[in-house]
Amino acid sequence: MPHKTFLAFILPAVIAMLLFIALPIVSVIVQSLYVEHEQVLEEVENCGPFGCTTEVRVDAEATAALKSADPLGRFNGLGTFFNRSHLAVSEIGVILADNDGLGDIAARIYNLPFYKALLFTLSYTFIVTPLGMILGFLIALSVNSVSQVLKGPVIFFSLLPMIITPLIGSLILFWMINSQGILGSALQALFNDPTLSLKASTPLTWLTLFVYGVWTAAPFSFVVFYAGLQTVPGDTLESAMIDGASRWERVRYVIIPHLGPLATFVALVQLMDNFRVFEPIVGFSAEANATSLSWLVFNDLQGESTQLFGSAAATSLLTIAGVIVLLSPVLVRTWREFSNKA
Amino acid sequence: MKHVLSMAVSFGALCIATGAAYADCGIEAGSVRILSNDFEALRIVASEAEECASDTVTVTKNQTEEHKNLQVPALTIDPAEYTIAMVANNSLVPLLNDDLVQPMDDLVEKYGQDLLPNQLIRIDGKVMAIAFMANAQHFFYRSDILEEAGLEPPTSYEEIIEAAKVIQDQGLMEYPLIASNKAGWDLAAEFVNMYLGTGGEFFAPGSAEIAINNEDGLQVLATMKEMTEYMDPDYMTYSANEMKADWEAGRVAMMTEWGSLAGATIDDEGSTPEITGATVLTAAPTVGGGDIPAVALWWDGFALAKNISDEDAEASFQAMMHGIRPEVAEMYPEAATWLIKGYEPGAGAVGVVATANAGARPYPMSPYIGLLHTALGSELAEFMQGNESAEDALADVEAAYTAAATEAGFLN
Repeated sequence: MPHKTFLAFILPAVIAMLLFIALPIVSVIVQSLYVEHEQVLEEVENCGPFGCTTEVRVDAEATAALKSADPLGRFNGLGTFFNRSHLAVSEIGVILADNDGLGDIAARIYNLPFYKALLFTLSYTFIVTPLGMILGFLIALSVNSVSQVLKGPVIFFSLLPMIITPLIGSLILFWMINSQGILGSALQALFNDPTLSLKASTPLTWLTLFVYGVWTAAPFSFVVFYAGLQTVPGDTLESAMIDGASRWERVRYVIIPHLGPLATFVALVQLMDNFRVFEPIVGFSAEANATSLSWLVFNDLQGESTQLFGSAAATSLLTIAGVIVLLSPVLVRTWREFSNKA
Repeated sequence: MKHVLSMAVSFGALCIATGAAYADCGIEAGSVRILSNDFEALRIVASEAEECASDTVTVTKNQTEEHKNLQVPALTIDPAEYTIAMVANNSLVPLLNDDLVQPMDDLVEKYGQDLLPNQLIRIDGKVMAIAFMANAQHFFYRSDILEEAGLEPPTSYEEIIEAAKVIQDQGLMEYPLIASNKAGWDLAAEFVNMYLGTGGEFFAPGSAEIAINNEDGLQVLATMKEMTEYMDPDYMTYSANEMKADWEAGRVAMMTEWGSLAGATIDDEGSTPEITGATVLTAAPTVGGGDIPAVALWWDGFALAKNISDEDAEASFQAMMHGIRPEVAEMYPEAATWLIKGYEPGAGAVGVVATANAGARPYPMSPYIGLLHTALGSELAEFMQGNESAEDALADVEAAYTAAATEAGFLN
């Protein structure tokens, strides 16, 4: 394709990406470097149905003057990135300087909001991604061998978790695992423990979220792998059968190598998807036990009265950095495959 | 001449006809646009205000639980998207911080004959909002269960814990207590309530410096934690609406629940007459031997947007006066604890009235209380589950609040 045609062909996409991806990221970067102006405070008499009190309030006029003089706020450099709500550099310094051994260090670092969220986010990503892919692959294999009549309904039911809105799906499951819900009381009966609650302890909450994650992530892998299975060359499979390969050996030595590139693609998408885990935390009311990076952004923007835009922007950038680090091995691999072909 | 007369007559008839169709709010012209939270009492006020719509007056409303997120951007633009923002103690603060609402003294003088002096929210002497209902969490107990256990109705959290132990020991109920301990807003509100009961202040006087890391704070946390021993193991996932459901199902004997849900809890829907008949509403309990009810008092009212025309401001104020006229409180006595003139508290309102009369303190209106509320909501969760000491939890709250308040420009 001549360069000119190629350029004309790709230009709309490039413009859209600049406008809707690059520019917002630049804006977030700028925002993360600033914090709010100093608020001018004054004490005033405040009267209502329950009597009078003296309360502090913001001197709106003086603060507005500061704002209009410098609309972005006060320049804070990387200060927001290093404060307690994010990388907590000075807090970690204190912990490292004065502690009672490794266990204490780990516990105290885990107590910092960013690292707590990061640990859950990474655990979720690395547990749910492979398990979801394996489950999806197994579903694809079984659907592929189901008789033609049953295929339609089976595919429909396998896709259900993906069709349901994540928030709704997690809310439904949340009520089912309630100690009065069908799953919750079944588990209590099964383990003969009337105080068993999936929502009360951190490990069980994590487990619940992981199971939910696998349940909701599997259909995507299933769809892609199922499509991939239709392209497995019949001749190769037949010759493997003639050579006496068992079903497992055919899967291991013919199907899996054939689907390898697809698996890379699925892993790429799922890693990104799982790294931004958010809805199940809200749906399962799991904030007490599990928070993720996306949840931190949400929490900053859902403030009672004040939104912390700088803090949210800093967390977003750290999330982007995390995604880049996570994806780099897969991207490097794709690049190598591409160069080898070329 | 005859022709002119008949025209005048038919015009007069037309006027009478329209007069009958529309309530007479005395508004000449203008646009009334209401933004509010979404619960029964506010729905009543807004729909009463809607009666003022006429050929020259339009009344629209947007009632949503997302109102707090909408109000600042919607009132910042000029002209503002809404002329009236229905607010409470806490949600008025962001509007004041950004100077988005206007004083209503002139309008009160002109049209506010039916207002009581304590309905006027005066800040620095100016009327910035008008309250029409009060709300508070207060104590609910099951008289039948307490009688069966041979107990007097408790009046303090210490007595509640003792009573819960007796009820549990006698096998009357597995988990006699419940509280809105859901991590986030609810958990923070529980702390704020009980801390108000200790008489302590949240901030050092005149500054944004946090002041809860003290004996009072530790005592509040100890009480909150002790109560969880008598709660369902899922206690960290309950908010007010789930509490109401558990109460109506007869699984709980004592709770501190919102007055605005009292009417719906004791009505004949969703429960049995045995449970609702034995439900007693009373003042909120005290804590630690103090005599202040350990809850925050709230008012709900409305504020007038700043970036609107004088005509719209006047029309909006008049429409709201129609929405909160004395007859509204007469017609719907169970919907809320009205602050409106001539209101006689209904059965659902006795708890809020008793709490206010016992001297409960209002939810603070400091500009930075919201940041503290957010910090409390996320940092107390580990302590409540027994994974952290009370001292560490308060230190975490202090650190999280300080980081947020510094970023928001309240601290240096």
